[in-house]
Amino acid sequence: MIEFLDVSKTFKIAKREVHAVRNVSLTVNKGDIFGVIGFSGAGKSTLLRLVNLLEAPTSGMVKINDTDLASLSAKDLRQLRRRIGMIFQNFNLFSSRTVAGNVAYPLKLEGVPKAEIERRTAELLEFVGLSDKAKNFPEQLSGGQKQRVGIARALATNPEILICDEATSALDPETTADILKLLKRVNKELGITVLLITHEMNVITTICNRVAVMENGEVIELGDVLDVFTKPEHPTTQRFIESVNKDLPSAELLKEWHAAGDKHIYQVTYTGGATNQPLLSQVTQKYDVHFNIVYGSVREIQGNLLGNLVLSFKGDQDKVSKAIQELQAIVDIKEVILDES
Amino acid sequence: MKVDWSTFYQHIIEATGETIYMVTLTLIFGSIFGITVGLALFVTRQNNILENRWIFGILNFIINIIRPIPFIVFLVFLMPVTRTVMGTTIGTGAAIFPMAIMATFSVARIVEQNLMSIDPGVIEASKAMGASPLQIIFTVLIPEALGPLVLGLTFVSIGLIDFSAVAGYVGGGGLGQVAITYGYQRFDTSVMIVTVVILIILVQIAQWIGNTIAKKLMRR
Repeated sequence: MIEFLDVSKTFKIAKREVHAVRNVSLTVNKGDIFGVIGFSGAGKSTLLRLVNLLEAPTSGMVKINDTDLASLSAKDLRQLRRRIGMIFQNFNLFSSRTVAGNVAYPLKLEGVPKAEIERRTAELLEFVGLSDKAKNFPEQLSGGQKQRVGIARALATNPEILICDEATSALDPETTADILKLLKRVNKELGITVLLITHEMNVITTICNRVAVMENGEVIELGDVLDVFTKPEHPTTQRFIESVNKDLPSAELLKEWHAAGDKHIYQVTYTGGATNQPLLSQVTQKYDVHFNIVYGSVREIQGNLLGNLVLSFKGDQDKVSKAIQELQAIVDIKEVILDES
Repeated sequence: MKVDWSTFYQHIIEATGETIYMVTLTLIFGSIFGITVGLALFVTRQNNILENRWIFGILNFIINIIRPIPFIVFLVFLMPVTRTVMGTTIGTGAAIFPMAIMATFSVARIVEQNLMSIDPGVIEASKAMGASPLQIIFTVLIPEALGPLVLGLTFVSIGLIDFSAVAGYVGGGGLGQVAITYGYQRFDTSVMIVTVVILIILVQIAQWIGNTIAKKLMRR
């Protein structure tokens, strides 16, 4: 649906060349919620703007539904932009227009008849849950409500693609969750392909099915969210994952436990089906070993459970080793080594 | 020789009418041309929707040349052109021509500054929605900047009342001429006071009208 073929974008700022995007190749498939994550300055914002040619690539090709964007005339490009909705971190609503006026704007550009505009506007405000705010002006709305208006406006022309520029970065966690739910509905109920950029790993794990990690203009890791989340290869990716999933307690705490007699501390990680059976208690009972969960989390990504538990085993050294050996066949388990430094 | 107020008041009413006429007409022409030039200046700026270094550079240069010239100097300097265009250099009609030119460049600068206060993100959003440059000008730039624009025009129109008084000095008519001919040259303080009071009232009314419209537009 959206294809980047070896795309680069270079800006000339005060005679210095800035490589915002370098040799990026990736494909967003129809029906995806594709997330691009990166720290600020990674080039993700520029990458997003290449999709509707708000920025033109310096080299390489961007294709939408097999059409090379560079081949479009100014008029065809405007037509194409109407098939691509866009929402923004700062909402970018028209302060001089009401909520309904904002949503109606793209339809007015298309010259849709007035009665049809009214019908469609009401329908969209209903979809985003803001029917009662139609006559309000943006300045009277909260951040979350403004973003809903932004989404309704972006959907007005029945786009196939919605691109989101840090759409939740200006919102509090609760409002972020609401907006992400809404984006998921946009994807599932309306069948719209979503491409979003963010610096929050939480956004990726909550709604995306595929992810690209960007750094210094390059895509450094790309794949299904679950794969990238469970087996991150690049240190930057690992840092992002740690931001939502701190997998071990602090070294101080571990030392304290060790000193207090917790000698067998292990980290268990597992995904998906393995969680359906009472594995831990079965195995530990068999060897007469006790365990205590000292730290951990279980999260859901793309309908899969992803568990990370830190366990302290108590019992005979020999029996603990045997129990660990048996568990190793079913889940990932490794001893937590104390950092002596 | 003091004026006889029992007949002179008619003179004052006439002069007030001339001043209002000059200012209103100048404001209309100055706004039409000034908004056009201001928009052109804004959209041809670097990285804007119709970026054009030449047009921006030329317009910017002309504005910067003309605006610092004191109005009374400009008025006299422009007289040959005024004579060619208006057929005369005396009277309210002849005063309107240089006033409108000066107003155009003042309005242009104010329009440009108001447009720059629009969040560039809003312009980007309309581009992303497939708006053409013309659509952006008429459906985004003008509506979004309208409130501050009215305040800017109010500011200019008050400046124009000042200009009209200066034009009076070189035979442009209006309250300025009355104040200079009768108040200053004939030492009649009463005429001076009356014209000053009327000018103050005119400025207050202009400010009030501008504030009211801007308030309605900005809903604040």
